[in-house]
Amino acid sequence: MYRYDEVDHRIVRERVEQFRDQTQRFLSGELAEDEFRPLRLMNGLYVQRHAPMLRVAVPYGHLASRQLRKLAHIARKYDKNYAHFTTRQNIQFNWPELARVPDILAELAEVEMHAIQTSGNCVRNTTTDAFAGVAQDEMLDPRAYCEIIRQWSTLHPEFAFLPRKFKIAVSGSVEDRAATQVHDIGLHVVRNDAGEVGFKVIVGGGLGRTPIVGEVVKQFLPTRHLLTYLDAVLRVYNRFGRRDNKYKARIKILVKAMTVEGFAAKVEDEWLHLQDGPSTLRDADVAHYASYFTDPAYDLLPSNPPELVEKQAAEPAFARWLERNTRPHKQAGYRSVVLSLKKTGVPPGDITAEQMDAAADWADRFGYGELRVAHEQNLILPDVRERDLYEIWQLAKSQGFATPNVGLLTDIICCPGGDFCSLANARSIPVAEAIQTRFDNLDYLFDLGEIDCNFSGCMNACGHHHIGNIGILGVDKNGEEWYQITLGGSQGSHTTIGKVIGPSFAQADVPLAFEKIMTVYLEQRTDGERFIETVRRIGLDPFKERVYAKHH
Amino acid sequence: MRSIIKDGQVTQDGWQVLRADAEGQYPAVAADVDVIIPLALWLADKAAWQARVGQTAVWLAPDEDPQLLAADLASLPLVAVDFPAFTDGRGYSLGRLLRERYNYAGELRALGDVWVDLLHYLWQVGFNAFEIKDGKDLGGALSGYDTFTERYQSTHREPVPLFRRRVTSL
Repeated sequence: MYRYDEVDHRIVRERVEQFRDQTQRFLSGELAEDEFRPLRLMNGLYVQRHAPMLRVAVPYGHLASRQLRKLAHIARKYDKNYAHFTTRQNIQFNWPELARVPDILAELAEVEMHAIQTSGNCVRNTTTDAFAGVAQDEMLDPRAYCEIIRQWSTLHPEFAFLPRKFKIAVSGSVEDRAATQVHDIGLHVVRNDAGEVGFKVIVGGGLGRTPIVGEVVKQFLPTRHLLTYLDAVLRVYNRFGRRDNKYKARIKILVKAMTVEGFAAKVEDEWLHLQDGPSTLRDADVAHYASYFTDPAYDLLPSNPPELVEKQAAEPAFARWLERNTRPHKQAGYRSVVLSLKKTGVPPGDITAEQMDAAADWADRFGYGELRVAHEQNLILPDVRERDLYEIWQLAKSQGFATPNVGLLTDIICCPGGDFCSLANARSIPVAEAIQTRFDNLDYLFDLGEIDCNFSGCMNACGHHHIGNIGILGVDKNGEEWYQITLGGSQGSHTTIGKVIGPSFAQADVPLAFEKIMTVYLEQRTDGERFIETVRRIGLDPFKERVYAKHH
Repeated sequence: MRSIIKDGQVTQDGWQVLRADAEGQYPAVAADVDVIIPLALWLADKAAWQARVGQTAVWLAPDEDPQLLAADLASLPLVAVDFPAFTDGRGYSLGRLLRERYNYAGELRALGDVWVDLLHYLWQVGFNAFEIKDGKDLGGALSGYDTFTERYQSTHREPVPLFRRRVTSL
């Protein structure tokens, strides 16, 4: 993975000192609250219901074991022994003390981490496929470009105060696992007919109040033009994006207002002046960053070794975990292991300091000292020998990481909700738990098969409820918490926005509504048909009829 | 006279900024003062402004197009960009456009909600003079130049981005 050089270290250290100075000036009254707020947000610091919340960047979801140990240390020393993985591959601490945040940042800087631009109206953490570099279906490794974009976007002098937040995601695989179509910019690393590498550029996707699937503004952008083109897109957005209404300030609204053709033409105009300028990437520049993302020295191993096959046959629980919580690897004899952070009774995405230390140890012992954070809020050991899987499974069970539910209904993607977040209309964690409890029977859960369930506590849609096959949105009705259900959303290569099925539900009625929806699915599905496919085929009406049927 | 920061120093400055009052009216300008006027007034009657005894410069609001000033840049003694709120980042793009696209080489001044925490970025995109907001520490704002000793991007001050310098030096 990428390693800082002296300059990277210096920039992060200087940012820590800048923030320390800003915090001190705020605490001494020199900076007003209205002045400090945008400055602290740009460094990942929110003020929440109980305490500040500090969001730490995990660039494109890559973590080294020593970094994860540092996060565990911070959770112990400055917080309440746990932290929370977000839907954008970051990690957040819920209970730090404002005056100690600069010290936390200084500790993070020691392990090449920071909180730069994890919030605020600026370019946020660049995200990608959590299986980048190891996925079997990968066409091109996106990580060198992710790092190039990370550096370009870090403290960019022209784009520090955008109309609104700006999120970029990059994908290089057949199946888009980075939700690129619901980002401000989505980039697909592709090869054209001439064999040249470049990007398909998608702009204007996003969730929130106005969910929109992004549209292609450039079918093929040669690699060398990546940064000048991004500069052009950002400049058009910075100058012409709306600033009068925060709900209409995302780039998606600008693209709709200009039409995608009009927007693309405006960018093209701007780009004419920037193209081939000093930010043009040479082959040697790309090669420099790609050199950090070479393969480790994998052992030459057979696929499906006997010790794996035997255990798989002998222990159904292991076989089940293997099916759900591991993924094919490009290297024979290896798989990637997903450590589920969706155990019933634990807020989705939460991880304890002890779990962090354990996962870091396994990454060292069984892999190459690296881990990944998935936007589905799980932790991944990317390189595990198949012969070690049984041992990993037992260790994962001992740490509460082995719930075999990855990709199933109880693998709920969920924001922290009203228990923590001051923006939320409703709590998400207790409702997610009630659903997990209702579907706790593994046979039933496995029978239902792959279902993406996404939960947001408010319209800001941090839980990406619009693209859940089944989505839940917390709404406020006269001061009470209610929950709206959407069906038919999906992420990936065929991203669609789900539709609301009808009036919202009281908290206690949500699990029953889920059960009715699942019953309709089980009755209606054809052989091997996944939930989302049934919803697409039969439409919403059969589900509505069942869920809202009057009692007799 | 007021104190501003220019070219890395606190200096005395006699330019007056002409802004519309609450009714949208402009106060009268004495013939011999140096004044920075809004773009619209400049475009409406350049010749009259140029005929004054005092010098005339132009300020741009964040939503204005610097191209409208392109033909006059070589003769203007100063161009300013207004930052009505520090969170309004449009002026940073205007700064780069004035410097990099329209090759403006004269004084580029930031007006409005401008203080120490913004100085570094403003300097990088091409501003070299700063009217620090009333009530903010003027002398302290000088430290804003040195907040960061390096940056990743191509900027007006350092057009060669870090990635190019890195690979060349390997």
